Amino acid sequence: MLWACIVLPQLALDAVLRGRDDPDTPLALLSGPPQRRVLQAVNPAAAALGLRAGQALTTAQALAGHFTCVDHDPTAINGLQQLLAAWAYRFSSQVSLHYPRVLLLEVESSLGLFGPWPAFEARLRAELSALGFRHRIVLASNPVAARMLANCHDGLALDCPEQTRAALEQLPIERVGLPAEAASAFARMGLRRLGQVMALPRQALALRFAAAVQLHLDRLLGLRPMALTFYLPPDRFDARLELNFDVESHQALLFPLRRLINDLAAFLAGRDSGVQRFTLHLEHAEVADTCVAVGLLAAERDPLMLFELARGRLEQLQLGAPVRNLRLLAEDLPAFVPQHRELFDPRPQQNQPWEQLRERLRARLGDNAVRGLAAQADHRPECAWQLDSGMTRAPATPPSPRPGWLLAAPQALPGVGVQLLTGAERIESGWWDGGDVRRDYYRVQTPTGLYAWAYRNLGEDGPLWLQGWFA
Amino acid sequence: MGALISLDGLLDQQRVWKGRPQVQCKGLQPTGHAVLDSALPGGGWPPAALTEVLLAAEGCGELQLLWPSLARLTTSGERVVLIAPPFIPYAPAWQAAGVDLQQLALVEAAADEVLWAAEQCLRSGSCGAVLCWPHKADDRALRRLQVAAESGQTLAFALRPLQVALNPSPAALRIAVDARPAQWRVLKCRGGLAPAAPIACPGRG
Repeated sequence: MLWACIVLPQLALDAVLRGRDDPDTPLALLSGPPQRRVLQAVNPAAAALGLRAGQALTTAQALAGHFTCVDHDPTAINGLQQLLAAWAYRFSSQVSLHYPRVLLLEVESSLGLFGPWPAFEARLRAELSALGFRHRIVLASNPVAARMLANCHDGLALDCPEQTRAALEQLPIERVGLPAEAASAFARMGLRRLGQVMALPRQALALRFAAAVQLHLDRLLGLRPMALTFYLPPDRFDARLELNFDVESHQALLFPLRRLINDLAAFLAGRDSGVQRFTLHLEHAEVADTCVAVGLLAAERDPLMLFELARGRLEQLQLGAPVRNLRLLAEDLPAFVPQHRELFDPRPQQNQPWEQLRERLRARLGDNAVRGLAAQADHRPECAWQLDSGMTRAPATPPSPRPGWLLAAPQALPGVGVQLLTGAERIESGWWDGGDVRRDYYRVQTPTGLYAWAYRNLGEDGPLWLQGWFA
Repeated sequence: MGALISLDGLLDQQRVWKGRPQVQCKGLQPTGHAVLDSALPGGGWPPAALTEVLLAAEGCGELQLLWPSLARLTTSGERVVLIAPPFIPYAPAWQAAGVDLQQLALVEAAADEVLWAAEQCLRSGSCGAVLCWPHKADDRALRRLQVAAESGQTLAFALRPLQVALNPSPAALRIAVDARPAQWRVLKCRGGLAPAAPIACPGRG
């Protein structure tokens, strides 16, 4: 088995930067108790101002006037690790978050689909960069070795145990993950490289050091297996973005929304599912959340399309109160069936398929705005058509011509100048379902020259009732 | 010197009336009425352009005019969208006219959303024809529809009352439907002189 180790050295900082639309302004991440705030991490722009990780906040403020401070949030980091695991799950079924801020992937079984490794690695790097994470990737023949080699290397690819061993021997002793006292003891004994330690007699080593040291060395070389707990994707997607400031316009919500939707798309691709219904919760400071439900007719996972739809729904909304947090909740995750595409499209300029257009219209005009039409086998005109029917059996064509337009409700037709063109056609039906109809239908011409379809109820002597136009 | 433009290509666009009727190319979008096809310069509906159908009254014969084209488009698998029709399309009659109901989509839109919906449908390029009943459309709105129809390569039909015939319009074809006598009049057609004589509606007394 081959293991890829992806180290995310700046996860906390990246987590903050990817949620902001101004990554180039100085920014520092704060941690520590309120009495003594310490800079946990700084971005390159802040580093250029002379800020360093570990500085006290007061020192930093003395050094540089303007930089943005963001509190370090460990729970957000945890959520992000889950998201990254979900992303990695699409490349490998064995993904482990055993080490903090590190993804371990078993990749040998995935090479057939994504390989060879250089192409696979390039793809991993491209997608991580697009998601906004800095990273180091190392490939080795066992997970522990991959993790430790990633301490010192980036882009190393070792596909057999011998190469892995050779690379491990060159590692400095303090970087291989040994317990701190053991590492310093080795260093004081003059053993600077792991190779020098491995050359020592095994019994002597076991006598002088704790059992954990020998165990770790064996795992490094792959002599003893390492039990890893693997990531299992959850059944729902729930992500929340803290905005840190009050947002009162839709425009300012679009950037964080795009982030959330991209995360959702990465999650869906990992699960190989689509989303049919998701909810945006706009959390306010005082009043209850505003919920925006986005529903689709078919499961989709294209981030652009999902963003477009969510945006359409969001733009219709009147924000009653400023928004503090944005949360995206998707519980209905059916399997994704890709669209069937023709190789030679009869319409080459088609830049938006009908399904997308339909969703866009529904997003703005309402869920029931786009309907299909079907004919129904019934003699009563008002029952002979139906919206949105999945029926495909075509009823028999009526014996006499029928009007192309039907009025939603019959109207009384003023009797002056109306000319009957045909004799009566009697329609008598519906006594079994309560909608009893006994009418004589005529094709008539109105004084203005229009051809109409009108009826008179049987036994009544009133005016004609207009029900349709022969347009 | 920019790109080389062939003279024939320019002339084929029929932007300039050349005085003498030339041999007409076979229409790509026939209307289904032979008399009307021969009267129109492109031998049918102007492809990828807006056609205005001006009605003396709603229900005065617009379906007679359009049904053959809609039947041809739907049976060849193209989608036809009706945006905010004034009445309910009576399914048995449409079926009897040869329209494949599977390919027909009805869009219900409020009065101020009709133009937006029409533009979206036209621009997407996924429809064969888009019929809309705009309540209020000025010159600018029609121009938008015309541009959308061009970019989506779609047939666009705007059905409007006959009273607006006096206003100028950017539509490539304007055709008036009279109720009495039942006839069609071509008011404007791009690429040729509008035929002066009205065309009698087939199948109408």
